[in-house]
Amino acid sequence: MLCDACGKKEATVHLTEIINDKITKLHICEECAKAKGAEMEEHFGLSDLLAGLSDLGSGVETELVGTTKCLTCGFTYNDFKKMGRLGCSECYEAFKKQLGPLLKRIHGVGHHVGKVPLTVGKTVKETRTIQDLKMQLEKAIQAEEFEEAARLRDKVRELESKHKGGGSGE
Amino acid sequence: MTLNDMLKQSSEWLKGTGPSADIVMSSRTRLARNIDKVPFSNWANKQQLEDILVRVAEAALSVGFLKNSLFFRLKDISEVDRLFLVERHLMSPEHAKDVEFKGLIVDPKEIVSIMINEEDHLRIQVLQSGMNLRECWRIIDEIDTALSKKLPYAYSAKWGYLTACPTNAGTGLRGSVMIHMPALVFAGQIGKILQAIAKLGLNIRGLYGEGTEATGNIFQISNQASMGMTEDEMVDNIERIVNQAISREEATRKNIILKNKEALVDRVSRAYGTLKSAHIISSTETITLISAIRLGVDLGIVKNLDRTMVNELFILTQPAHLQKLEGKMLSSGERDVKRADLIREKLK
Repeated sequence: MLCDACGKKEATVHLTEIINDKITKLHICEECAKAKGAEMEEHFGLSDLLAGLSDLGSGVETELVGTTKCLTCGFTYNDFKKMGRLGCSECYEAFKKQLGPLLKRIHGVGHHVGKVPLTVGKTVKETRTIQDLKMQLEKAIQAEEFEEAARLRDKVRELESKHKGGGSGE
Repeated sequence: MTLNDMLKQSSEWLKGTGPSADIVMSSRTRLARNIDKVPFSNWANKQQLEDILVRVAEAALSVGFLKNSLFFRLKDISEVDRLFLVERHLMSPEHAKDVEFKGLIVDPKEIVSIMINEEDHLRIQVLQSGMNLRECWRIIDEIDTALSKKLPYAYSAKWGYLTACPTNAGTGLRGSVMIHMPALVFAGQIGKILQAIAKLGLNIRGLYGEGTEATGNIFQISNQASMGMTEDEMVDNIERIVNQAISREEATRKNIILKNKEALVDRVSRAYGTLKSAHIISSTETITLISAIRLGVDLGIVKNLDRTMVNELFILTQPAHLQKLEGKMLSSGERDVKRADLIREKLK
């Protein structure tokens, strides 16, 4: 059998395509199959992978999650699943239930430990300091450095009580 | 300075200086940043995109390091010019598409560039020659801090810098190193190295072409995760792993000279011969042969060329550079002729 695409070489790859319920069978040669494969790879981008990672289950819950809307920019979670990109910075807060686990899966760790911009508010800085201290505390406990751990725990408590008086978290 | 002046100068990162410059061609850091509460570039409307463009350009051009920089709206320059900027690694191929509200800032030495309205409002990039990732981070950190005083960045205490794609959130940092590993490819060892690097959580890919088939034996190594480590730790991590790759490449080079010198000299000399005498040459063949020459220069087999010139040839022989040098559009066939002319001239 000759290749359906180029009509020159022997067909060695047999493909079944279903587009709009219409079944097409293709018999093509290896070269044409490679070209087709590249085409398919192009369609399968980052957004598909992210969508796969972010699916939390099926049924009603997923449907509800999908229509969750960001009040700042109007972006829905379904939009994110389609595009693999978010609408604005506030989307992170709007979809935090879904994005939290997703970020952890992507990066292995679900929270930031790096740079803090100079201009962010005091509360953000305090939250970050507490987070950092908690991480150090965990490390100290794992390393069985209990004196250090106790010191860090007291520091966290002190900052947390101050912080609560000062305003909201993020 | 104009784009045409750039053509006459050699970018700082091509100088072939800096630590391990025989193996590491260049180092790069980039930061993804967005303005708080303004829709990301792919979701913003035209007015918002225009506002972002103006706001970012104004803020950036007032930063000390960038005062003498070039700024252009991509819609105002030709397609060849856009490709020219991509070839010089000053912007991404994606940035050259759908250009209406996109902008680019480039400093005169081509160390810093800022893409405006790519996927994120700002993509800041710093390029250096050789293994210089730490220096790249130092410079970009300074510029970013200066910019943050003028632009309210999107940032959360928990997730750090917020980006259009969650894969960049956290630090927004991608550090990458362009590394030339011809000996490991020659010795058939490259597959193992690629696998090991991938296992350590870094990305590695061919700069031209894919996987182990990387044309020109040039690979790009970069971090995958951008959250959960400090920027210094990320840079450190990449440096440490790249240094391992460098020492493997060095050891293999020594080993080849010891055991297989004739084959190596033969390959380098044939590449040199072809480049000096070809009248028609494709871009792929050029990259493959220049890779061999670069190894020859590094090992003292080719004595009358320097590394800067070889590095430049990688860039000058690419399509948009040839067309700018020629001052007109060229078909692929015409380019192959002009490319050969240029190489013969340079290697005279």
